[in-house]
Amino acid sequence: MFMLKYIIRNLFRHKLRSVLTVVGVAVAVLAFGLLRTLVGLWYAGAEHASDTRLVTRNAISLVFPLPISYLDRIRGVSGVSSVSYGNWFGGIYIEEKNFFANYAVEPRTYLALYPELVLSEKQKNDFILDRKGCIVGERLAKTYGWKVGDLITLKGTIFPGNWEFVLRGIYHGAEKATEERLLLFHWSYLNESVRQSFPSRADQVGFFMIGVKRPELAPEVSLAVDSMFKNSLAETLTETEKAFHMGFIAMTEAIMVAIQIVSYMVIAIIMVVAANTMAMTARERIGEYATLKTLGFKAGHLAGLIFGESVAISVLGGVLGVAATFPVAHWIEVELTQYFPFFSVSMETLLLELLAALSVGVVSGIFPTWRGATIRIAQGLKRIG
Amino acid sequence: MGIPYSYSFRNLWTRRLTTLLTASGMGLVVFVFAATLMLTEGLQKTLVQTGSPDNVVLLRKAAGSEVQSGVERSQAALLESQPEVAIGADGEPLLAKEVVVLINLKKRVGDKPSNVVIRGVTPTSLKLRPAIRLKEGRMPRSGSAEVIAGESIARRFKGGGLGETIRFGMRDWRVVGVFDAGSTGFSSEIWGDADQLMQAFRRQAYSSIIFRLRDSTAFDSYKARVESDPRLTVEAKRETQYYLDQSEAMSKFLNILGMVLTVVFSIGAVIGATITMYAAVANRVTEIGTLRALGFQRKSILSAFIVEALFLGLCGGGLGLFAASFMQLITISTMNWASFSELAFSFTLNFSIVWKSLLFSAVMGLVGGTLPAFRASRMNIVEALRAT
Repeated sequence: MFMLKYIIRNLFRHKLRSVLTVVGVAVAVLAFGLLRTLVGLWYAGAEHASDTRLVTRNAISLVFPLPISYLDRIRGVSGVSSVSYGNWFGGIYIEEKNFFANYAVEPRTYLALYPELVLSEKQKNDFILDRKGCIVGERLAKTYGWKVGDLITLKGTIFPGNWEFVLRGIYHGAEKATEERLLLFHWSYLNESVRQSFPSRADQVGFFMIGVKRPELAPEVSLAVDSMFKNSLAETLTETEKAFHMGFIAMTEAIMVAIQIVSYMVIAIIMVVAANTMAMTARERIGEYATLKTLGFKAGHLAGLIFGESVAISVLGGVLGVAATFPVAHWIEVELTQYFPFFSVSMETLLLELLAALSVGVVSGIFPTWRGATIRIAQGLKRIG
Repeated sequence: MGIPYSYSFRNLWTRRLTTLLTASGMGLVVFVFAATLMLTEGLQKTLVQTGSPDNVVLLRKAAGSEVQSGVERSQAALLESQPEVAIGADGEPLLAKEVVVLINLKKRVGDKPSNVVIRGVTPTSLKLRPAIRLKEGRMPRSGSAEVIAGESIARRFKGGGLGETIRFGMRDWRVVGVFDAGSTGFSSEIWGDADQLMQAFRRQAYSSIIFRLRDSTAFDSYKARVESDPRLTVEAKRETQYYLDQSEAMSKFLNILGMVLTVVFSIGAVIGATITMYAAVANRVTEIGTLRALGFQRKSILSAFIVEALFLGLCGGGLGLFAASFMQLITISTMNWASFSELAFSFTLNFSIVWKSLLFSAVMGLVGGTLPAFRASRMNIVEALRAT
């Protein structure tokens, strides 16, 4: 109890220095948490992908199509409950920086495969019945101020021309992680236009989405589908939606790894700063420590005193940082909504933030503690610091 | 008469451990700052060097990259006969009709698949890109299933090395050569015979057309004419501009990320510098009093401490830059969002980055040192001399 009081009193001897260090630790811990969350978001798309959905695409790479005639043959594979298909359209809304994903899909089966895209029954039917209809996610509609009934024009990059759609519905995600920045329209609308202008590219799809009856059937089904089209002109590659997303993520992994390294670096920087603070504090109080030893305090007491102060400063900073994480994350979610679908900090990250703060306290306390505890009385008293 | 600079330096030297700790904290920040700039620089350099200003790339209108584009054979023939196209030594036009697609290859390390650009080329393609030379092996024979691979593909992808085979389009393609394209984006490509590849991929159309301008200044008039020609659906870009556009999204991301990180990190480093300088002032109260009693003015005290803080910052900057210069040995490979394909580039250090980093570190030292320096200069002489 006495020691605790002593430590707290020591904290307030150099108010400015302690406050600065606490703020430094708080900022570092906050940055660490946000960076971790950012990396987590990168992988979120794959985390939430379903394992009862498979994606079939051309084995060479995504830019090659598959003939629509594969549809019935895939349907016949045992274990398959439903099949949908579509194309990555890659259209641009007004200018290139307004990037969002847009697909041409077979609406009825696609919406059945994706129950997490929640639409009212009326809007769903309107969309299915209108060949020029499209639906968008709530977030996208909010970004561009679209309302049901609006005309949306996309400029095709892969399929040249200006494409006009009527907004028939706005869906919202069933879960927080559901992508709400999509635009979906009718594949048949795309196909008919393509048939007129580029007959050679008609009746081709970019991917098939396969719903399997049970997740454990996924490996069998994907093997069956791929072997069916082996040695044909368009060989297929079928994998779970999760693996498909991961493939994309893996390609940009280098940047994520860099961000992860940097998130540890920020902790390293603050460690150096905190160690510096503690080294100074201990140096100033060498005379005091010698006095305490003279009074009969043991090395252990002194160690506890110095170490306690170091840990107290860091933990205080850590708690502040954790507390600041919530409002900042909320701000990011509100202000940067078009970049991050959601920005929620996981429990694990918060715990890691605290752990990081604690380790800063421990590491920065080691050297001064050792020096303070092993001080020779006569030397300490002689020293004028 | 001010206080000699050596006073400031020697003060830092006296508290070696503290100086080192503070400087290394700042050094880490400068390291991150410099590394981010180097990365963006490396990316842009790689993509900008890929193009040459006299070359023009023709793509289908609104296609952002070669992979999305398609130019019909009839249009290609029309474009070939335009007067702006330079004629080579052999009397043939310096124009290449190329086909560009992505194929999925597995990396040697970790077995992860990634998209790689495969380019169907004609003999003219090499003349249009003088930076490329064959490093080992030979050129592919036209009409055979042979390809050559860029250095970075040969090193990092399964089947990309000399003598290995890659399977796609129902055939095995033997790698008969490895080419060196310096630090350009071509190092991350595989090249083969255009007609063979179009057969294999069942493509009717070319992806892009590249040609050398007879007169570099004629570009604008050429662009205007070609883009308004009703028989053509292409747009023309200088090759340099085309590759610059390709790097835009990625550089923007790296820049924003780098700046945000730097701002956050520098808060920590500035706090470190402030603490150090405050302690330096607190430890030297008597000294400052003595200096004032000797007749040094407040101004001189202020500047002596500011110089000290600046020097501390520059030490950190030097440390950070020294560490960052080793990053030049590292090559990063990632997916370029503009083209969805693998691109390898390395950290590049240049004079402007060195200069920016040192300036940045000096500013950090200055910000950290200003308050303590003012405190030092405002001391009352008598009280300062009394302090123990």
